[in-house]
Amino acid sequence: MAFHDASTPVAVEPNYDSGFRMAMRQLLRNKAAAAGLFCLLLIVFLAVFAPWIIPYDPTQIALSSKLHGPSWEHWLGTDHFGRDVLARMAHGARVSLSVGLSTVAFAAAFGVPIGLLSGYVGGRLDNVLMRLMDAFLTFPPLLLGVAIVGLLGADLTTVTLALGIVQIPVLARVVRSATLVVREETYITATRALGAGSWRLVFQHVLRNILSPLVVQITIVFSAAIVAEASLSFLGLGVQPPTPSWGRDLAEARRFMVDAPWMFLAPTGFIIVSVMAINFMGDSLRDSLDPRSWVRRAVTSRETPRASADR
Amino acid sequence: MTQVVLLSAEGLTVSFPGRARPFAKPDVVRAVDGVDITIKRGQTLGLVGESGCGKSTTGYALLRLNKGTGRVMFDGVDLMLLPPEKLRSMRRRIQIIFQDAAASLDPRMTIGDLIAEALDLHKLHTGGSRQPRVRELLELVGIPQRFAERYPHELSGGQAQRIAICRALAVEPDLIICDEAVSALDVSIQAQILNLLQDLQQRLGLSFLFISHDLSVVRHISHEVAVMYLGKIVEQAPTSLLFENPRHPYTKALLSAVPVPDPDVEKARERIVLAGDLPNPANPPSGCRFRTRCPVAQSKCAETLPTLHEIEQRHSAACLFV
Repeated sequence: MAFHDASTPVAVEPNYDSGFRMAMRQLLRNKAAAAGLFCLLLIVFLAVFAPWIIPYDPTQIALSSKLHGPSWEHWLGTDHFGRDVLARMAHGARVSLSVGLSTVAFAAAFGVPIGLLSGYVGGRLDNVLMRLMDAFLTFPPLLLGVAIVGLLGADLTTVTLALGIVQIPVLARVVRSATLVVREETYITATRALGAGSWRLVFQHVLRNILSPLVVQITIVFSAAIVAEASLSFLGLGVQPPTPSWGRDLAEARRFMVDAPWMFLAPTGFIIVSVMAINFMGDSLRDSLDPRSWVRRAVTSRETPRASADR
Repeated sequence: MTQVVLLSAEGLTVSFPGRARPFAKPDVVRAVDGVDITIKRGQTLGLVGESGCGKSTTGYALLRLNKGTGRVMFDGVDLMLLPPEKLRSMRRRIQIIFQDAAASLDPRMTIGDLIAEALDLHKLHTGGSRQPRVRELLELVGIPQRFAERYPHELSGGQAQRIAICRALAVEPDLIICDEAVSALDVSIQAQILNLLQDLQQRLGLSFLFISHDLSVVRHISHEVAVMYLGKIVEQAPTSLLFENPRHPYTKALLSAVPVPDPDVEKARERIVLAGDLPNPANPPSGCRFRTRCPVAQSKCAETLPTLHEIEQRHSAACLFV
């Protein structure tokens, strides 16, 4: 390096960071996705740390301070029982996010294996599984939710179950069609020729290569579950009072729409922002998970005057 | 010198369902029809023929990547009779490399992981010796170490084929089936890959089944050559014998299509141009399958199916007139 001008960038090898870092970098390059990720992290942060960062109990009734507008004391105002709206939103986020996550987990736990099996094995099994999925699909999602909740009673587990069942065929179909394509790829034949069994082919190679459509679909399921939970709670079939829930609070806010608009604006805003954040991320995740989209920037190191002085 | 037979296939047949018609049995396409081939240890058998004649299907059938019938004896074991578990471990000994090498590598795995997977599948070099072994294998095919972190789409065609070869070598096979392995590469890279293959053959004692439509490549690399037409072997001989003294009219026609790099010879030589296309394999001609395009065909060719018979030592052909 002795002959280098101190200010000349020294181009070396392109960066070969881990897959996770490359994907993350690609994701953040998309502004909408970065904003989505930021909003989502903020909501998650609120949900997780609510009791420590918001000095109000979301269920504590304080009639002396009911229907107060937004102020420094209550950032998003108070409701008709004098409860802090921000606290209720933060605790409601716990419900929304956990219902969203467990719905995704439940739907994926059944939908992904069914789709993989159906697409990879094909033939009669494919036919049987897919007709079964079609049968599930004929139920109008919300109506099935209402029916299940009506049957088993309204609580979080039931709601999750109801929403998850509806989403199983959706995931199964996406996984199946992607599997049908990947199954025929040369690298699957090549890996089989190398001595891989079906188990490894399906769960290592096929699954890895259908990740993009799967992740996108999972984000859609996630946001759909949040909306559906809010809808069920709005109808009084979801989370029961006094537990805070966005949909539930929205329903109650209707009576005070004119006098206390912050009461309905807050849950509406939280629902819209979280759903949009997840969808923006989903769109970009599809691309950023594909190694072919990764930009290897040459890592340039600039010799600092100090470093040159040291030599 | 005595040569040990590594693989011998007898009556290898691969059928595919053809077009289905209403109220009739679906057609059966015999892509490979009763092929016998023998591959000797440390040697290369070239398999040539037009597109669609069943060369690649033959290669796949040897590996049981499609549903073939017949006998495939590999080192004393009939591959066709192996249960799935045994077949998988046997696949370690027979590897295949493809024409589109880049497509044969999982696009979401790094080169290093792809090679490590090959080792992992057969529990080779487990633990601490794995990474050194991956480096050693990369070196064997002339790929720099730093490529281990890259993904398949970041490779050139030649590099991708080297990686495919590397992955095949990782499991220490006896036989590598090269399915049009250099056809997609440009000429200078072809030469590099061919030299690499020959070098590896000498160093590791590998056998190759070299499937190609490129006669000059096959001539360069093979010890023996089999010529295929519409699912059948029509002529088979040691390379020099076949190229200097082709007997089957199809082989003659194939060879006459290759230009000679000497203007005088090129001008003087006689070219046999075949008329028409390959017949539909779902409905092959009666008798000799080549008769529809054969310059010497006579009426009896439509009635009698010629069998592959020895016409001189180690040289056999399937034609009624030789």
